[in-house]
Amino acid sequence: MRTMRWIRKNLVVIAGLLTLAYMILPNLVVMAFSFNKPKGRFNYSWQEFSLDAWKDPCGVADMCESLSLSLQLAAWATVGAVVLGTMIAFALVRYRFRARGAINSLIFLPMAMPEVVMAASLLTLFLNMGVELGFWTVLIAHIMFCLSFVVTAVKARVMSMDPRLEEAARDLYAGPTQTFLRVTLPIAAPGIAAGALLAFALSFDDFIITNFNAGSTVTFPMFVWGSAQRGTPVQINVIGTAMFVLAVLMVMAGQIITNRRKKTATA
Amino acid sequence: MTDKNTGGDVRLSGISKSYGSFTAVHPLDLTVPQGSFFALLGASGCGKTTTLRMIAGLEDPSTGTVFLGDKDVTDLPPYKRPVNTVFQSYALFPHMDISENIAFGLRRRGIKSVKKQVDDMLELVQLGDKAHHKPHQLSGGQQQRVAVARALINHPQVLLLDEPLGALDLKLRRQMQLELKRIQTEVGITFVHVTHDQEEAMTMADQVAVMNGGRVEQLGAPADLYENPQTTFVANFLGTSNLIEAEVLETGADVLVTAGGGKLRIPGDRCTSAVRQGGKVLVGVRPEKISLAHADDAGTIADGRNRVTGRIVDSSFIGVSTQYVVNSPAGAELQVYEQNIERDTRLVPGAEVVLHWNPAHTFGLDAAQDIDAGVETVEDAS
Repeated sequence: MRTMRWIRKNLVVIAGLLTLAYMILPNLVVMAFSFNKPKGRFNYSWQEFSLDAWKDPCGVADMCESLSLSLQLAAWATVGAVVLGTMIAFALVRYRFRARGAINSLIFLPMAMPEVVMAASLLTLFLNMGVELGFWTVLIAHIMFCLSFVVTAVKARVMSMDPRLEEAARDLYAGPTQTFLRVTLPIAAPGIAAGALLAFALSFDDFIITNFNAGSTVTFPMFVWGSAQRGTPVQINVIGTAMFVLAVLMVMAGQIITNRRKKTATA
Repeated sequence: MTDKNTGGDVRLSGISKSYGSFTAVHPLDLTVPQGSFFALLGASGCGKTTTLRMIAGLEDPSTGTVFLGDKDVTDLPPYKRPVNTVFQSYALFPHMDISENIAFGLRRRGIKSVKKQVDDMLELVQLGDKAHHKPHQLSGGQQQRVAVARALINHPQVLLLDEPLGALDLKLRRQMQLELKRIQTEVGITFVHVTHDQEEAMTMADQVAVMNGGRVEQLGAPADLYENPQTTFVANFLGTSNLIEAEVLETGADVLVTAGGGKLRIPGDRCTSAVRQGGKVLVGVRPEKISLAHADDAGTIADGRNRVTGRIVDSSFIGVSTQYVVNSPAGAELQVYEQNIERDTRLVPGAEVVLHWNPAHTFGLDAAQDIDAGVETVEDAS
């Protein structure tokens, strides 16, 4: 009776913890196996603890080259998608023009369409145009599908923004540039940051579209896929773990900064 | 800053604003004297806010010119006009604290040492302890004062206020009215205040322009507007008026008219339109100018006063006065406000009464107008 009552009282917490475990468990396995010392070429069963892979993360041929390529691609795709996406979002919210409705729905297409279809049609396009496949074709493809996510994130923010704020800025001697830099941009920043994070993550781990349009270029996801056929080096787990830890640290830092800001504001 | 407080009048010359086929403001001429507290009064959608935004430069007039002093500022963008606005929603920058908000205008003009001025401003609006709060941590009244401080710190030639008290509750609104009036007297800057609240306009402003349908119906000092309305809209929108339709019998220094069998006098110079014998005129009188006598006492009423007989249909006691509604052959539902000095117990609903007043307090309006224009209906009252 008493246990039943305890369970009922803490049901939300229990459900939350279970969901968290469900999400975290794969990451923990990846982390654990980054300290493994496999016997054969496959890192699928636990043998013994070792720091070999952590001491030599770039020990596998071509892996760090592909990682650096993926990071560069993600960075440029984020920049491209954020600049274009923010402008599109502002245009869609602030201005009335022809085909606005059509553009509003077309922007969702890359999110809704199966990636394989998009990948194949992009490849057809590039081949017909006679473009050489490689870094640039992948970058163009990444900016395209990241764009819709940035537009969605920024649009939500701009829609909730009072246009009077910009009028107030103009009324208080701020020219168009000053108004944008001092008022519009800082207020839209959280939306833009959310869009940028999404874009970076999506670009970094995209496989399907990249694989179709990369030519002989090899990104990190493509490297992992390729090596998985012949054996999985432990270093892959090292990179995965490092990325995971980095992301968690960034989120924690963000939390701490907002908490501190709140505290000073109320003090 | 060289022209600080030496600007001169705001002059609007033939300015109008149309959106497609809709005309928000018909061509209007208006002069706001330097240093005055000027109110634009009207119901929502009458064009008062559009007029204000044209002075601020946030709206381009379709025709006409805006002058500040002798300078034509019609084509200047808002950030080049020595004019600042207090917005209805305050529009405080949410990502800046209060002192940064207030310093915004000075900083944009490249003034480096703003601390002293910001502190003085915070003092003026009594928010010295809130300098490092964010706008969302302040109450509505405090935010409103920040908005005023943020505009005033720039020493504009004209301060524009767009329904600045609209979002506050009644008690706070009364308090802020006095506060704003105090600040205006203290800094001596021209205030142009947009409001739909006639009481607010009358208590605060030196001059009131009553707007209706994109036009200025009448312009004048509050007392003048109240005592001498020129149109039925002004008569009904500012306070309450009894308007009685009557036929002209005689013209002259006094106009003699007949309504519902009785005869009434209007001073000839208080008729707004030309009256001719046999023509129609609207007889107006304010409810507090009327005295009420029981029909039995009709003989004691002095000669020469305007009289209307009728029957009380409703009375409500509101402390300082009692408000009666009287039906008479001359007009239905006439309003009478009686001071509660010596209350006559016979004056209850159903009693036959005589309404009488000094003819000098009567005004005559053009009968061609809508007699109910400007009457506040329930939906407007919100």
